[in-house]
Amino acid sequence: MRLDSAPIDRDLALRLRVEDFYAEYAQTIDDDRLEDWPGLFTEHGTYRVTTRENLDSGLPLALIYCDGRSMMEDRISALRTANIYEPHVYCHSTSALRVLGTSGGEIRTRANFTVLRTMSEGDTAIFACGRYFDQLVEEDGRLRFRARLAVLDSRQVDTLLVIPI
Amino acid sequence: MSTGMVTASTSTAGFTWPDDDLSRAPYRVYTDPGLYATEQERIFRGPTWSFLALECEIPKPGDYKTTYVGDAPVVVARARDGSIHAMVNRCAHKGALVCYKRHGNVREFICVYHNWTYDLAGNLTGIAFRKGVGGKGGLAADFQQERHGLKKLRVEIYRGLIFGTFSDETPPFAAYIGAELAANIDRVFPKPLRVLGYHSQILSNNWKLYAENNKDSYHASLLHVFHNTFGVVRPNMGGGVKISNNGWHHLSYTQRASLGDDEVGREKVRSLQEQYRLKDPRMMEHKLELGDNVTNAIQTVFPSLVVQQILNALAVRQIQPKGVDRTELVWTVLGFEDDDEEMKELRLKVNNLVGPAGLISMEDGCVGGWVQRAAKADPDATTVMPMGGRNVEASQGSRITEAAVRGFWKGWRECMGC
Repeated sequence: MRLDSAPIDRDLALRLRVEDFYAEYAQTIDDDRLEDWPGLFTEHGTYRVTTRENLDSGLPLALIYCDGRSMMEDRISALRTANIYEPHVYCHSTSALRVLGTSGGEIRTRANFTVLRTMSEGDTAIFACGRYFDQLVEEDGRLRFRARLAVLDSRQVDTLLVIPI
Repeated sequence: MSTGMVTASTSTAGFTWPDDDLSRAPYRVYTDPGLYATEQERIFRGPTWSFLALECEIPKPGDYKTTYVGDAPVVVARARDGSIHAMVNRCAHKGALVCYKRHGNVREFICVYHNWTYDLAGNLTGIAFRKGVGGKGGLAADFQQERHGLKKLRVEIYRGLIFGTFSDETPPFAAYIGAELAANIDRVFPKPLRVLGYHSQILSNNWKLYAENNKDSYHASLLHVFHNTFGVVRPNMGGGVKISNNGWHHLSYTQRASLGDDEVGREKVRSLQEQYRLKDPRMMEHKLELGDNVTNAIQTVFPSLVVQQILNALAVRQIQPKGVDRTELVWTVLGFEDDDEEMKELRLKVNNLVGPAGLISMEDGCVGGWVQRAAKADPDATTVMPMGGRNVEASQGSRITEAAVRGFWKGWRECMGC
């Protein structure tokens, strides 16, 4: 019997596209190209950062809640022009990626993330870890987030959260 | 390496305030572990009320929540008869935590270490193998079970907020903060509350730096420039600072001077400078809901509670010391039980302004750490806080004052006896 490899090829191709998109997301932030970050979302896409505690308790509060690209752009311009914080950079690692399903042109995915934060004085420490739950769509021949939910394992944020996760 | 010697520092270890001036605090108060230990006894276990939890967090009999009063782990529980009790979360036997989860529902508290059992009010009700096994072993004959419950706190509930105190001398809560400031809690929490969520912030600084920061209305427009940059232009922005008679507690607020009929409801937002316009100002919309034109109200209850109204973002913030140079700031973000979906959505958006990622407040997370880092080198040097005078008078019409910060130090010195 000969196995039909077409479905596997399709799944693999999608997975590679999603993986590449996740890497683009991470590098956009880690390379401090934050002005490009909202463009990784659809115009009405949402970005939320919450905690495992809130998610598991069914509590709606988010630390960051951007409803649409404009709010994301406002966050970035605030960070550039108004907010005061000690300079720092992130290094994202994304792992355990899974494509959970596709329907109606939407791809549901999840992954784990770890964010190392390096302060301007040189200290590097684990800043956050947790899970992404995402809805992706294809627009203009590329993937974009319709919704990205970043769930922090810890309820505690060290000092402050200004750069998106 | 530790010498194994433990010094129980319950004195101020020779510390005296440099002179009788409330407008200078020596940096030592932020860095001295001896003073930190004394604060545990004289402030957190002294004649003060500490916020513990909200009634709506433990609605059913058997519900409990764990928290801290200073360093002391505390559990708050609702008993079968609906009454609320708070106890030190430490087994009377060997001192283990009785509750090691943040919240839950139990019939009784059972310490997992040796199965000592307590009722929901903290009374010791059962001891494993109390009569031994087969007639051998068992409790000492003179053991008095009724004297070995969990250590209890006095509890008082005000507007759905549960407070606890270790001291018999603490006045009733409303008298403790005074009628004028109690009125603001009545105002912000007029009806049953609902928790929208939690988060917390680790501050690399002494707890008092954050306590002071909340009382410091002088810094608000200077450090937090989001408002100035993307700010809301409101006609006749007014406000002031109210301070309790003893100086310990305060309220800082801003308001619009008057309300025209057309202003009731959603307020439209525009920017001071056109180039820094928010592309999506929905997070700065304000639906007037508290029966007045107050837009922001930050209230402190000495030593460790902040009651917050920032537009429609309501919260209580609990300052939990975690050592002389580390603090956990726990935010419980609130709405009302009768909020509709639209109101809930508005609160969630406005909460972008506050919290660890808050666009107008995140700087408070780092500025205390900067003081802590700089203070360490020179414990005998002092801060200087002369804005608005030397004393603790309230201020009408201006928030450019450090009077409430001086009031904090008055409270601190009175509790500490120095």
